[in-house]
Amino acid sequence: MNTKLSIGLERIYILFIFMFLYVPIAIIIMYSFNAGNSNVVFSGLTLDWYTKLFNDDNVITALVNSLTIATLSTVISAIIGTVGAIGLKRYKFKGKSVISFLVYIPIVIPEIIMGISLLVFFSVLHLNFGILTLILAHTTFCIPFVLINVKSRLSGFDMSIEEAAMDLGASKLTVFRTITLPMVFPAVVSGAMLAFALSLDDVIINILLSGPESTTLPIKIFAMLRFGQSPKINALCTIMLLTTFVVLILSQGIKLKREK
Amino acid sequence: MKKKNYNILKGLTIVPISFWILFFVAIPLLYIVFISFMQRGDDGSIVYIPTISNYTRMANPLYVKVFWDSIIVAFITTLFTLVFGYPFAYFATKIKKYKIIIMMLIMAPFLTNSLIRTYGWIVILSTEGMLNHVFLRIGIIKEPLKMLYSYGAVMIGMIYTMFPFMVLPLYNSIDKMDRSYIEAAKDLGASKWKTFRTVTIPLTMPGIVAGCILVFIPSVGLFFIPDLMGGSNIMLIGNLIKNQFLEANDWPFGAALSIVMISISLILILVYVKIVVKKLDAEVF
Amino acid sequence: MLKKRFKAVSILLAASVMGLTLVGCGKSSTSKTNNEKIVNVFTWANYVPDNVIKDYEKKTGIKVNFSNFSTNEEMLAKLQASKGGQYDVIICADYMVQIMSKQKNLLLKPIDKSAIPNYKNLDKAYLGQYYDKTNKYSVPYSLGSQMIVYNPDKVKIDIKGISDLWDPSLKDSEVLLNDSRSVIGMALTKLGYSINETNPAKLAEAKAELEKLRANVKVFDADIPMTSLINGDTAIGVMWGSQASAALKANPKFKIVYPKEGMQFEEDNLIIPVNAPHQKNAENFINFVLSGKASSDITTNIEYINVTTTAKEFMPKTILNNKAVYIPTEEFNKAKHLEDAGSASKLYDLIWSEFKQQ
Repeated sequence: MNTKLSIGLERIYILFIFMFLYVPIAIIIMYSFNAGNSNVVFSGLTLDWYTKLFNDDNVITALVNSLTIATLSTVISAIIGTVGAIGLKRYKFKGKSVISFLVYIPIVIPEIIMGISLLVFFSVLHLNFGILTLILAHTTFCIPFVLINVKSRLSGFDMSIEEAAMDLGASKLTVFRTITLPMVFPAVVSGAMLAFALSLDDVIINILLSGPESTTLPIKIFAMLRFGQSPKINALCTIMLLTTFVVLILSQGIKLKREK
Repeated sequence: MKKKNYNILKGLTIVPISFWILFFVAIPLLYIVFISFMQRGDDGSIVYIPTISNYTRMANPLYVKVFWDSIIVAFITTLFTLVFGYPFAYFATKIKKYKIIIMMLIMAPFLTNSLIRTYGWIVILSTEGMLNHVFLRIGIIKEPLKMLYSYGAVMIGMIYTMFPFMVLPLYNSIDKMDRSYIEAAKDLGASKWKTFRTVTIPLTMPGIVAGCILVFIPSVGLFFIPDLMGGSNIMLIGNLIKNQFLEANDWPFGAALSIVMISISLILILVYVKIVVKKLDAEVF
Repeated sequence: MLKKRFKAVSILLAASVMGLTLVGCGKSSTSKTNNEKIVNVFTWANYVPDNVIKDYEKKTGIKVNFSNFSTNEEMLAKLQASKGGQYDVIICADYMVQIMSKQKNLLLKPIDKSAIPNYKNLDKAYLGQYYDKTNKYSVPYSLGSQMIVYNPDKVKIDIKGISDLWDPSLKDSEVLLNDSRSVIGMALTKLGYSINETNPAKLAEAKAELEKLRANVKVFDADIPMTSLINGDTAIGVMWGSQASAALKANPKFKIVYPKEGMQFEEDNLIIPVNAPHQKNAENFINFVLSGKASSDITTNIEYINVTTTAKEFMPKTILNNKAVYIPTEEFNKAKHLEDAGSASKLYDLIWSEFKQQ
C-alpha cells in the first residue's frame, strides 16, 4: 500500500475517533448558551447561565471541594501506586500474592458496596465525615488505576540498563530517580489522569462519605439536571474544558520555548 | 552496606501499598463478607444470625440472568473499545511531536461530568434530537429513527465512556515498543499482517491486558449508562445490588451479590490472563 | 532475619502513625458547641430553594450547610454511621420516619413544638398521619403525588386512571418511574389491593398483571421522566407533580390526569436527629420554613404541594392554577401512602427483577 495513502488514512481514522469523542462535548457547549432551561429544547442564545454560575456560591464551593479532593487523591494514589507497582514487580515478600490480588478489589467492587463498607468502617473509627473521609475513599479506588498502568509499562522493561547503572556505582535511589521513574512516567501520568477523572465524577461514595460542609460537584450536577438547571452545568463544563485547553496550549508553548 | 539500602528501599516501596490495601480494602471487604452471611430483619436492619440463604437465593435463574447480562454487556464493551482503540493508539503513537497533547485531548472530554456527557448523547439520539433532525432535513429518512432506549444506544454510551480506559494503557504499551523488531521482521520478509500478529501484538500484550481489565471490570458494575441510554429496561447486577441497599433494604443479600460479582470478575480476569500468557508466550505481569 | 524484622517494624510503625493521625483528625471536631451560628441541613438536592436559604441566612445570620442525599436509605445509612449526629435538620419521606421511629436505637429527637411558633401555620389535614400520629418527631414539609401525564396528539384513548395504562394501543410508548413500589403499586391498585400488600398470593396476582403491562413500557426513569415525554420518545407516563409541571412547561399541550383510583402520595417531613449539634438553630430553621412567605417560596420553586394555610396569600396565580402543584383536597382523601414492606421486600424484589427482564 502506498505509504502516503496509508498515513493519510491513519490520520483520518484518528480524526474520526476524536470527532466521536467530542460530539457530545459540542452539544454541551452549545446548550450552555441555551436561553431555555431544558437539556433538550434549544430556545435561543444567552450568556445568562454563565453569570448565574458565577453567582452560585454552592456550585463554586462544590467545585473547589471536588477539585481539592481529586487533586489530593490523585497525587497520593500516584505516589502509592507507582511505588507499589515497582515494589510488587521487583521484590518477593510474604503475602505478595494476597496484596497483588487485593489491589484489584477497589475497581471490581461496586461503588455502593465500597461506600457502605467504608461508611461503617469510618463510623467505628469515630471519624467525622468530611473532606478527609472523601480523600481516603477516593485514593483507595484510584490506586489500582495507577498501579495497573505502571505495572504494565514495567513489563518487558530491560533490567540490564538498571544493572549497568548500578555496576557503574550509582546508588539504588539514583537509579530509581534517573532511570526507572522517567521510564514509567507516562504510565503514571495516564493512570493519574484516569484517577482524576474518576474522582471528579464519583457520586455514590461522595453522598455516603461526605459531611455537612463538604458538598461535591457530581451531587450538585445530578441535582441540577433534575431541576432543569442543567445549562448552568453546561456552562461549568465548558469553562472546565476551556481551562484544560488553555493549560495544554500554555504547557506546549513553554515546552517549545525551552527546546529553542 | 548494600544490604541495608536494599531493605530500606524494599520497605519503602512495599509498606505504603500494603498498609493502604490492608486497611482500606481488606478490612471493609471482610465486613462485607461477614454481613453476607447475616439476615435481613423485618424492619430492614441486620440480624446477626448466620445463614447461607443469601447465596442460595442467587441460584434463581432470574438472578443468574442478571449476572449473565452484565457480563455480556461488559464483554461487548471491552471488545469494541479494543477493536476501535487499538488502531487509534497505534496510529497516534506514530505522531511523535504531540504525544502529551494527544493524551490530554483524549482525556479532556472525560474531565467533564460523565452524566452530562451521556445527556449530550441523548440530545443527539432522541426521536426529536439532533441526528434525526439532520437526517430528516437531508431526506435520508421519512420518519424519525428510534435510536435511543435500545441496546445500540447503550453500547454507544458504554464504549464512549470506557474508551480512554482502553486507549491510555494501550498507548503506553505501544509507545514503549521497540520498532526495530518490526523492521527486522519486515527485512526477514514477513507480511504486514504476519508481523502484526507475531511481533506487534505479543510485544504490546501488557497494554492490551491492562486495557481489557480496566474496561471489563468497571463495565460489569456500570449501570447508569444502560439506565440512561436504555431507559432502565434491563436489570443489571449494578442495579440489583443498588436496589438491595437503597430500595429493598436488604444489606445481607446485597453483600452476597457483591461477593459473587467480585469473585466472577476476578476469575474471568485470571482465566483471561492465563490464556493470553499461555497462547502468546508473552510476558504480561 | 533482619529483612523480616525490619519489615514488620516498619509496617507496625506506619500503621500506628496513620491510625493515630486519622483518629486525631476525627476527634478534633467533636468539641463544637451549640453556640455556633451554623445549621446543617440534609435533604434532596434543591429541595430547599437557594433563595429561601439566602433569606434565612440574611435574616438570622446563621450559615446553612446544605448537604444532599438522593434516597432515604442513603440518609439512614449516613445517620446510623454518624450515630444521629453531624446533621441538625433532615427532610425525609414519611415511611422513613415510620421506620426510624420504630428502631431500638432511636435516631429521632422529639420536636419541641413550643420552640416552633409557626407550627400553627400547618394545615391540619396533613398532620396526624399514619407514620407519626401525634407528630412527635416530624413536622410536615411538603407533599408529592404520582400522576399521569400524556401527549394528546399521540394518545387517542381516554385516560382516566391507572388501569388505562394497560391499554394495548399504548404499546412501547410509556415512561414509568424506575421505582419498584410505584410500578408494583400500580398493578396492586388495578386489582383493588393495597399498595402495601404483603400476602404472597395477592402479590403473585400483581405479578401476573404486570406481565401484561410490560410491552407498553419503553422507559423507566425516576430522575427526569419528563425528558422522554418531551423528546417524543414516549407518549404517556407516570411521574411526580414537579416533574409533570416541568413537562407541561416544555409543552403546554400535554395533559395531566389524577388517576381515578387515587394517587400514591408521599409526605416529606422535617426531623431533628437525636444528637444534632445545633438544636436551637434547627428549631429556628424549621420555624422559618413554616412562615408564610418562605413556605410560598418553597412551593413556587420545588412545585410540590404546600402544607401550610398561610402561604396562599403569597403565592403567584401561576402556581395556584398549576394542576400539577395545587391538588384539591379530595384527591388527598383518596391518597395511597407507601409503607415499608418488611419481610415481603424479598418478594417485591423478585417481582421487580423478573418484570424488568421480560
